[in-house]
Amino acid sequence: MTDLPADTVLRVRDLQTHFELGSRIAKSVDGVSFDVKRGETVAVVGESGSGKSVTSLSIMRLLSSPGRIVGGEILYRTSRGEVVDIAALPERTMRSIRGREIAMIFQEPMTSLNPLYTVGDQIEEMIRLHEPVSTAEARKRAKRMLELVEIPAADRRLDEYPHQMSGGMRQRVMIALALSCNPNLLIADEPTTALDVTIQAQILDLLRRLQREIGMSILFVTHNLGVVAEIAHDVVVMYTGRVVEKSPVESLFAHQKHPYTQGLLACIPNASRDRGAAGERLRLNPIPGNVPSVTALPPGCSFAPRCPYRIEKCEEAPPLMEAAPNHLSRCWRHEIL
Amino acid sequence: MAAVSSPAIIEASFVSRLVTRKTVMIGLLIIAVIAVLAILAPWIAPYSPSRLSVVNRLKPPSGIYWFGTDEFGRDVFSRTIYAGRLSLLVGASVVAFAAVFGVTLGLVAGFFRRLDTPIARIIDAMMAFPDILLAIALVAALGPSLVTVIVALGIVYTPRLARIVRASTLVIRELPYVEAARALGVPTWRIMSRHVLRNLVSPILVQGTFIFAYAMLAEAGLSFLGLGVSPEIPTWGTMIAAGRQYIGQADWMTWFPGVAIILSVLSLQMVGDGFRDLLDPRLRKDL
Repeated sequence: MTDLPADTVLRVRDLQTHFELGSRIAKSVDGVSFDVKRGETVAVVGESGSGKSVTSLSIMRLLSSPGRIVGGEILYRTSRGEVVDIAALPERTMRSIRGREIAMIFQEPMTSLNPLYTVGDQIEEMIRLHEPVSTAEARKRAKRMLELVEIPAADRRLDEYPHQMSGGMRQRVMIALALSCNPNLLIADEPTTALDVTIQAQILDLLRRLQREIGMSILFVTHNLGVVAEIAHDVVVMYTGRVVEKSPVESLFAHQKHPYTQGLLACIPNASRDRGAAGERLRLNPIPGNVPSVTALPPGCSFAPRCPYRIEKCEEAPPLMEAAPNHLSRCWRHEIL
Repeated sequence: MAAVSSPAIIEASFVSRLVTRKTVMIGLLIIAVIAVLAILAPWIAPYSPSRLSVVNRLKPPSGIYWFGTDEFGRDVFSRTIYAGRLSLLVGASVVAFAAVFGVTLGLVAGFFRRLDTPIARIIDAMMAFPDILLAIALVAALGPSLVTVIVALGIVYTPRLARIVRASTLVIRELPYVEAARALGVPTWRIMSRHVLRNLVSPILVQGTFIFAYAMLAEAGLSFLGLGVSPEIPTWGTMIAAGRQYIGQADWMTWFPGVAIILSVLSLQMVGDGFRDLLDPRLRKDL
């Protein structure tokens, strides 16, 4: 068994997840590496198609065929202190890791709960599935879970069906469900995307508080850099299946060392910044072009066709370079950025 | 999302909508009457279904023999309600048989991709046979008896249920809440039973009603052809088969069991249709 530093819960090393579509191979995740430390939050950021969701599904081993992990390691430290390589675990062992060790919540709180059962039923099922407790005890704990995620009148809410709750409430229930087995690591795949901004802020607050109290690590997948600034300790920016920039959150927001990250930040509308000299409203600043398909990547730097800083050297694929202490960038020109 | 209401609310409104539907109510009423008559046959029947009375053979319906008598002087009314027991037994057993095997096959085919193609092809192949022909072949191969009839008809109707269950499973398997359940470590068999099967209750119920009716009809057909249960046990099919020879002199011998078949099949179809109309829109919305 490979070793892992004591403060690290998850180490993804050179992960390669491919989808074989006939003769074409989509390298959805192509050599991604990052660490998640105990009690910290790592945000994986990128547009649709950047491979961020496939990365999280790879860690859960929930890829649907023809997706397959073809290379790399996913080292995980279990609650008993053992280090396992999730990429190589048999499915049976994996089942005992899902939920109990690593739990995952999804983007769609509206449809992530079974409409046919009360939320209490669903939380109790999860508790009883992983631990041998009585029905009464499971119910008591389900109620505690709802209180933990700050749902008022938890006793009454237990007997409600998902449709009787708002989106924010349902996402809280999903979090309660995910946390009901005390996981070490929570993977949150765009958990706030479907929610409006005030609810988003509440859910982020909740996750931060739970992290402080329980000490779990969070892998937060999002396309929203505003959310990243709120919650993350470290940020991994992905583009076309590769990490293009990786750094602690302060360093990333202070100076982006990759034009893609700059572009993502420039996309965020800003009421005071987006005004001209006379106070007129300016247009938004999208990144020109689209994310290229992972089956037809341009040679060299995959961001080059959309990049305002592109030079001849960009036809050669850049490696991940240290642009500042602890701050990696996959751009030949990171020094001038 | 407001369209999705809770099962409790659906059930309440389902029952109230059900009773406001005339066809469903009439259908349920007829089935209830037939079921009560069949179950209570020993107490209701004025005579034993096998009591012979040579002097009273081929008597037309009267105050003494409500439905008349047959060629051996047996009371047609008593025989008709006794035959109902067998028809209901066959119908119910076939539905149970088809439900157990059809739901299992359908769930497995829909859930495990590798098994889908072989199971789906077998289902298609079996559906290619005309129902009654397949049943005749199976009974001929296994030898006629009550159990054979049930098994043969069960085999005939299993693919119908399996196909519906498979199709719905394919849809539900991809729903976010199934993925969410998997991500939280819910084992596959639990996802199948709790999350998928629970969603399939209404289509299974609807199809089950139809299969009940088809099975009763098919049993009558098999008995009529002499491939069902032994001729001395009264069933609607054997009664019609026997009455056929006397249809010129004693048409009541075929009339009453015939009407019994028509009424029970028609009422089951009415109820099934009602179920389908009431349950399907909800199903489409929920999925």
